[in-house]
Amino acid sequence: MSRFAVINARYLGSSVDVLVEDGRVAAMTPHGGTFPADTKLLDAGGQILFPSFIDAHTHLREPGFEWKEDIASGLSAAVHGGFGAVMCMANTSPVNDEAGITRLILERGRAAFPHGPRVYPIGAATVGLKGTTLAPLAELADCGCVAFSNDGVPIESTEMLRRVMEYAADLDRIVIDHCEDPWLAKGSCMNEGRISGRLGLRGQPDVAETIQAMRDMALAEYLDVPVHIAHVSCARTADAIRAAKKRGVRVTAETCPHYLFLDESVLDGYNMFAKINPPLRTPADREALREAVQDGTLDILVTDHSPHARHEKEVPVAEAPNGFTGMDLALALTYGLVRDGTLKEEDLIRLWCIRPSEIFKLPVNRFVPGDPADFFLFNPSLTWEVTKENLYSKSWNTPWLGQTLSGRVTAHWLGGHQIF
Amino acid sequence: MPQEPYSWRHKDLLDVDQLSREDVFHLLNTAASFHEINLRPVKKAPVLKGKSIILFFAEDSTRTKTSFDIAGKRLSADTFGLSKSGSSMQKGESLKDTSLTLEAMHPDIIVIRHNCSGAAKFLADRLNCSIVNAGDGWHAHPTQALLDCFTLYRHWGDAFAGKTVLIVGDCAHSRVFRSNVQLLSSLGVNVRVCAPRTLLPAGLSQWPIEVFHNLDDALPGVDIVMCLRLQLERMAAGLLPDMREYSARYCLNPRHLELANPGVKVMHPGPIMRGTDVSAQIADSPESLILTQVESGVAVRMAVLFLLATRTENGGRA
Repeated sequence: MSRFAVINARYLGSSVDVLVEDGRVAAMTPHGGTFPADTKLLDAGGQILFPSFIDAHTHLREPGFEWKEDIASGLSAAVHGGFGAVMCMANTSPVNDEAGITRLILERGRAAFPHGPRVYPIGAATVGLKGTTLAPLAELADCGCVAFSNDGVPIESTEMLRRVMEYAADLDRIVIDHCEDPWLAKGSCMNEGRISGRLGLRGQPDVAETIQAMRDMALAEYLDVPVHIAHVSCARTADAIRAAKKRGVRVTAETCPHYLFLDESVLDGYNMFAKINPPLRTPADREALREAVQDGTLDILVTDHSPHARHEKEVPVAEAPNGFTGMDLALALTYGLVRDGTLKEEDLIRLWCIRPSEIFKLPVNRFVPGDPADFFLFNPSLTWEVTKENLYSKSWNTPWLGQTLSGRVTAHWLGGHQIF
Repeated sequence: MPQEPYSWRHKDLLDVDQLSREDVFHLLNTAASFHEINLRPVKKAPVLKGKSIILFFAEDSTRTKTSFDIAGKRLSADTFGLSKSGSSMQKGESLKDTSLTLEAMHPDIIVIRHNCSGAAKFLADRLNCSIVNAGDGWHAHPTQALLDCFTLYRHWGDAFAGKTVLIVGDCAHSRVFRSNVQLLSSLGVNVRVCAPRTLLPAGLSQWPIEVFHNLDDALPGVDIVMCLRLQLERMAAGLLPDMREYSARYCLNPRHLELANPGVKVMHPGPIMRGTDVSAQIADSPESLILTQVESGVAVRMAVLFLLATRTENGGRA
């Protein structure tokens, strides 16, 4: 039997020891207890212990866009960022709309990190993400797709979305929808408002998201099936979700750290590195989203990790691709919400770990005996500069580039194996 | 304490919001002296001899490019034109690589016209030579606003404060609109706009302007009407029904001018569309300043090129 214990770690404010046997949690006890004589002891030195996080929305870019990221580099960014599991979207090339691609993603993940982090593919909802024909969802589910989405190319046809939601419900899989009215959002570079008007950039009104989210929730209510709203960016959508939940609609939703910290003013001066879809909204939206995360209207946090090469981003705003890398930074950023009193450490565990595992039915560590020994140590006072060299992702398209963040993961175990 | 003497400090001209009132009048006065050269039989001054100016026009333009070209040549600079067709931009070269390539040829100034808002700043952030924004997307067209201002300066002198300018037409997609609102309002001019709501930019309530949707309501008290060009693709985008309805509501005709202040003048950045944004009678009338604007354009661009090319690093003039 392999046995070790991580001792003197701080978990939700208490000093604890965690005993691991054969890759599983055997016990979590107050610090200072005794262990069998052959137990290898690792002193955490009072660092914070978290169960491994789940990132339910990422783009790992393999196959097809390996110059931006590949599964190995994406998982490396994940594990160093505190994630033990990542779900990856289907907008690869070829699209993950058939068993062969799903298997390839799973194999590449296992080859790069045999002990994890684990990759859980999200299957394309429609063939080629074209929004016209159902992808073979049952086959994809059998091969390991944990959810379905057309992320990157939202489904225009409400009829098509209805059939996807119904068919996926038969398979006990949830549909994740990137909500964006394709006509209102067409060609937009940023949030529509005072700043887009002044910069002369085509704006996207926040209602482009809200209208589509309300459509999805109306369908979910009518069909009595679940739906998951991706990367909520504005107050109106959060309000609509809150109201729908109150009515009993089976809706869950996510937002990303950048919507909790940044607003449209970052685009001022034509900062193409701040271009993302849905766009950064207003300070009022940012505050409303923080509330929605606090009260559980938004169930989970995700990074929407979207790597792009520097040369692809370094073009005029209108021509720049959307998205930020996120897995390297997410924990340091969201721990800031604990520091400023917006959230508690248990909220981070709820948002990054427990709720995603419930929604997508993934294994999780609650430090109950028998749980997978997936956890990491976090040093909240370790400061580091966001530089190309300090990120494990192949790309460094983040608006935090050059800034100093506080807090970094110092060790990570998955299934009892220390990954670093 | 003695005040430091005025000097032009800007490396680039990206938009009018970077200019102080002092900069603006210095530029207008410089333009006035160059304007005299343009009226001479021998239209040449040796002030920029040996300077190289690249006219990098990634978007079609005739009048602005010609105006800059003439301006540069009249100051004895060497000007080199580059357009998108026939350049390596059509072969997929990025704006960054194209601009680094141009800078490697050691120009003193690059004048850029580009269809992307922010393109001029993109170059200015990356290159050491001076950048002049000759129009970037919907964002800014500072030399147009300055030449409009110079036209008014010739007409009004420096008595801008309290005058009222009405801008009519497609403001949402207009860099001329954005730069003119900033410059005119900074000089104390009351700015009005008149357009259908579908052609107004977002967030207009926070701009220093009065908004109208009907010409008859907008005109009383106006000293200058500035018409903007309507581009045909606005119909295709569903922003307007058709040309006929637009011109019925917004094409400026002689009857409109009777509603405005006595002595009202009409401006247009061109190219004009007779019968769509301005009636033929007005275009040909003494009230039109349209060709004066074109004339002013050369003088203003001479002033811009001169001030940028002769500034020194510490801000003083060489």
